[in-house]
Amino acid sequence: MDNLIQFAYVVSAALFIFGLKQLGSPATARRGNMISSTGMLLAIVAALLDQGIVEYQWIVAGIIVGGAIGAAAARMVQMTAMPEMVALFNGFGGMASLLVGAAALSPGADTFTLVTIVLSILIGGLTFTGSLVAYGKLSEKISSAAVLFSGQQVVNSIIVAAILGSAVMFCMNPDNTLWLFLVIALSLVFGVMAVIPIGGADMPVVISLLNSYSGLAACAAGFAVDNNILIVAGSLVGASGIILTQIMCKAMNRSLSNVLFSGFGSGKTEATEVEGEIKPISVEDAFYVLEAASSVAIIPGYGMAVAQAQHVVKELMELLEHNGAEVNFGIHPVAGRMPGHMNVLLAEADVPYDQLLEMDDINPRMETVDVAIVIGANDVVNPAAREVESSPIYGMPVINVDSARTVFVLKRSMASGFAGIENPLFYKDNTRMLFGDAKESIGGLVREFS
Amino acid sequence: MIPAEVFLTFILMLSIFLGFELINKVPATLHTPLMSGANAISGITVVGAVSLAGSGHGDLAQWLGAGAVALASINVVGGYLVTDRMLAMFKKKEG
Repeated sequence: MDNLIQFAYVVSAALFIFGLKQLGSPATARRGNMISSTGMLLAIVAALLDQGIVEYQWIVAGIIVGGAIGAAAARMVQMTAMPEMVALFNGFGGMASLLVGAAALSPGADTFTLVTIVLSILIGGLTFTGSLVAYGKLSEKISSAAVLFSGQQVVNSIIVAAILGSAVMFCMNPDNTLWLFLVIALSLVFGVMAVIPIGGADMPVVISLLNSYSGLAACAAGFAVDNNILIVAGSLVGASGIILTQIMCKAMNRSLSNVLFSGFGSGKTEATEVEGEIKPISVEDAFYVLEAASSVAIIPGYGMAVAQAQHVVKELMELLEHNGAEVNFGIHPVAGRMPGHMNVLLAEADVPYDQLLEMDDINPRMETVDVAIVIGANDVVNPAAREVESSPIYGMPVINVDSARTVFVLKRSMASGFAGIENPLFYKDNTRMLFGDAKESIGGLVREFS
Repeated sequence: MIPAEVFLTFILMLSIFLGFELINKVPATLHTPLMSGANAISGITVVGAVSLAGSGHGDLAQWLGAGAVALASINVVGGYLVTDRMLAMFKKKEG
């Protein structure tokens, strides 16, 4: 029987791998997700055949309660709220690994097992509270600004040292549960401390990193309970999160340690002198320009998600295409609050995915674009990243909307983006500002067309 | 006979490399479903938790196990469903 269970795990690992492979293209991705879930079902059924299980009521209760909460959340969540939901789920994964690690502690465990128990508790614990803070920031339940105080680095170093100390003490005296509780408490505190200094606009990095941690915690728990499938699945998730983290950091031209420790977005930056003047435009005039355009690029940012403007954007896109224009979307890797955030919102509004171009694909054609419409994006289209060496975002790859013939920037007011970085784009000769709520402004354009 | 620790570490090493190869091929447009799908997979902890929750010892470990089963089930069920919901929306241009 035990062999059968182990073989079932081999099959389900293969299904996970195959499922992820199918995620390589939007055409096969949905099937891939089905395959992956079949692998999960198989693994769970196999685990339930374990001879060590003598009573099922708590297992069934746990699955029913958890499954019902998960199903309800998956059904009700708004697409704009996906970052919060993923953050929360990362946290649950971390907590589950912490509990498994703690429960796996039995008298007479060898040092290797003790170390893996400590690791699953440590990573699981910091993933849990870190994700809760990330959830709070993303859902604006707490301020999304970076929280910094003097001596923060020192406090964090002390916490890390204390965690290491208690972890070592626990591995040497596993019978004294005081050390175990200390590791748990400190890792929970550390999760909070690690995420509070990170500002809202850096959330794509944090959420990717926590995603990776939730996998690594599962991995460590797999070592603690001697289970292959936890190790395989956990490391697949861990690798996925690390890759996304790298992509996000590269797209901001910053190192991971800079994102984690610098408290970017809270410090005072000297105002850069910008020449030129702001030129506002009315919805009516914007319509006349758009009507004559034969090529339009739309660059969405977090502001589109906040205004829930994706559906009217799609309407505008259809009208423009009907009018004979070619319409493409330019998606910056860090637009929004998580990797791929804009793509999901636009997919929800039925924008075909082949019209969503990545930054490197849209930039070469920007010079042939008649009108570039920037919706609620700021730093990802800031030409200062190319031109102003003193700018904090200098060197970050941006979408070069300023090379388009005309640029419309939809913006609520003239307030600067995060970190208060001035955006010279707003002062360029070919830029027109369309002030107001993005949804209303685009709705106005749609009405002019029809 | 290879010691269990070495064997498990071997598996870990291979699956990390495999993970990097697989995920590098996922296009940027699918990164959000990738993350929620990864959430679902990280719910694999449920497999480790069921044997603890069903041990019948009635001790603290069993309660911790039951809690882990519930939390991991949220990830598994919620993760796969929401990923499916998202992926169903990705459509190619008609014609």
